[in-house]
Amino acid sequence: MPSNKSVSDAPITQFINCRILRDNELQREDLWVREGRILDPEKLFFDEQGYADKRVDCGGSIIAPGFIDVQINGGYGIDFSQASEDVSDGVSFVAKKILEHGVTSFCPTLVTSPPEVYHKVLPQVKVHDGGPHGAGVLGFHLEGPFISAEKKGAHPEKYLRTFKSGGLEHLMEVYGSLDDVAIVTLAPELPGSQSVVRELSQRGITVSLGHSAADLSQAEEAVQQGASFITHLFNAMLPFHHRDPGIVGLLTSDRIPAGRVVYYGMIADGIHTNPAALRIAHRAHPSGLVLVTDAITAMGLPPGRHTLGQQVIEIQGLHAYVAGTKTLSGSIATMDMCVRHFKQVSGCSVQEALEAASLHPAQLLGISPKKGKLDYGSDADLVLLDEGLNVKATYISGEEETGPPVPLYMIDMSGF
Amino acid sequence: MRLVILDDYDLASEWAAKYIRNRIVQFKPSADRFFTLGLPTGSTPYGCYQKLIEYYRHGDISFKYVKTFNMDEYVGLPRAHPESYHSYMWNNFFKHIDIDPANAHILDGNAQNLEEECQAYEQKIAEAGGIELFVGGIGPDGHIAFNEPGSSLVSRTRVKTLAKDTIVANARFFGNDLSKVPTMALTVGVGTVMDAKEVMILITGAHKAFALYKAIEEGVNHMWTVSAFQQHPRTIFVCDEDATLELRVKTVKYFKGLMHVHNKLVDPVLSIKDQ
Repeated sequence: MPSNKSVSDAPITQFINCRILRDNELQREDLWVREGRILDPEKLFFDEQGYADKRVDCGGSIIAPGFIDVQINGGYGIDFSQASEDVSDGVSFVAKKILEHGVTSFCPTLVTSPPEVYHKVLPQVKVHDGGPHGAGVLGFHLEGPFISAEKKGAHPEKYLRTFKSGGLEHLMEVYGSLDDVAIVTLAPELPGSQSVVRELSQRGITVSLGHSAADLSQAEEAVQQGASFITHLFNAMLPFHHRDPGIVGLLTSDRIPAGRVVYYGMIADGIHTNPAALRIAHRAHPSGLVLVTDAITAMGLPPGRHTLGQQVIEIQGLHAYVAGTKTLSGSIATMDMCVRHFKQVSGCSVQEALEAASLHPAQLLGISPKKGKLDYGSDADLVLLDEGLNVKATYISGEEETGPPVPLYMIDMSGF
Repeated sequence: MRLVILDDYDLASEWAAKYIRNRIVQFKPSADRFFTLGLPTGSTPYGCYQKLIEYYRHGDISFKYVKTFNMDEYVGLPRAHPESYHSYMWNNFFKHIDIDPANAHILDGNAQNLEEECQAYEQKIAEAGGIELFVGGIGPDGHIAFNEPGSSLVSRTRVKTLAKDTIVANARFFGNDLSKVPTMALTVGVGTVMDAKEVMILITGAHKAFALYKAIEEGVNHMWTVSAFQQHPRTIFVCDEDATLELRVKTVKYFKGLMHVHNKLVDPVLSIKDQ
């Protein structure tokens, strides 16, 4: 009698012979799952006199919470910023594929685009749980168009915007709807941005600073208004200067409101940031580091020319450039590659590397401990990794809106 | 009594674990005939539990047809508290073996009616056919379970208020804050343990030496409740050298001389693989 009918007769899975990431360390413990959540086995034993229906031998693997990618523009030929009729299909396609990289939740990212694109794309994709169909969508990340012309990077200049009077209304006109938006990246030096930052934060939307030429005090002002993230630190912002560290200075600023943390995205693909710079950021503020892929359409595709937003880019090896230039246009690294690279160049522990891809993004979005942790009651989104942090299997569970609870669904990487 | 003296804590833990293993394997428990085992908590039996888990992992023993009855539990401590005896048993034993949760009995210190809980526990032991082997420890004040000095030697399962010695001894598990240590506990009585077919007491460490001396070299006395087992037909005391420091040289020599006899109980060590 594995489960007590008066509590639940759903099947119980016990992962044995594994090391789990819990309480900021790797513990040699079994992991128990029922109805898509991590189960407390001691309560099961004493309260329900229950035990496992099914045991999964992990062969000594590490089990971490599923990775969360808060900046991903597409992949496998799909470009989220393309205004098409079947955006939802494209997002689902990528959602399915990134499970192979250990990503169980993500924020589909739209680069600077004209209003028509936002009006067409945003309504087609809702926030939803992951499952056998793919990783869960946590909401869009809207990167632009309210960014600095000087720091546009690969974003198309003609669609950049400033805040007209009535900041938030103007933003709503451009985007159309904020219902399924999780993050907005903007440049805080734009006039009128401070009230926008405040109002977006109050609506529960994460405000991120990026593609900006702001100085440190402008950035600090934005943080005080509610901004909590920095989009790909170092890239598309003023470089660190010892008399005005700019946005980078937020990592060690003493004007962050008490109890709040400023998180910062890092593309740890070995290309966007010099390893020494990555180490400086990590050592200055380790608990804020959030690994992002900033992956573009071409991720997962062979070398050549592909479309991103309204522009064309070119793949050369591991680099992706705006076609005809040497401007980086995004990365084609996968999240698990970023985790491995980050650990290798920073010399951090396995636990820190894994938390940068799971716990920290969950904390950033305010969805911890439901996501990003393996606490009792947390969602059972899991990634099994070997010693070298290669993905061996991804487990994802969730509930379909109209159906019965979905049993634990596994993607086996043993063939990769 | 048998007084089994091993050189150190690890050897004493191993001897005790082998003895329990042999008793269970020899008993050949089945669905119609469970082996009932009384169990202690604390630092003394920890090594013994580790060995039993090891034997289970190697496939030499199974707890599928074993029923366990723990000696005691704090009153009023949440069951999930890391220092509750439920937590101790889960983390140090139950979660590592194949015991059926329905067969693992521990007194509920948060029961609505503590007296009824105690009576029900005695009932459960009787329904299980009594305890085949009760494993216990000894407190520095000579108590068995929480039968503090002054407890009746024919007592049954009941609520007890803890003695100062015991509270002080337990403070180390509560951040050395005396105010955080529970002051009451539910415990099996001296009489309850005396009813078992066989009793094995584990005693290790110099700080237990005086209690051991009082328990076996002086008379039966309700101030040193372990002394009651002088009147049990089958008691084994398993100790390390340090625990014998207050005994007479004559006593220690006599029982050390009997080790070749005692060791027949654990050598050969039996396994279900051979059955």
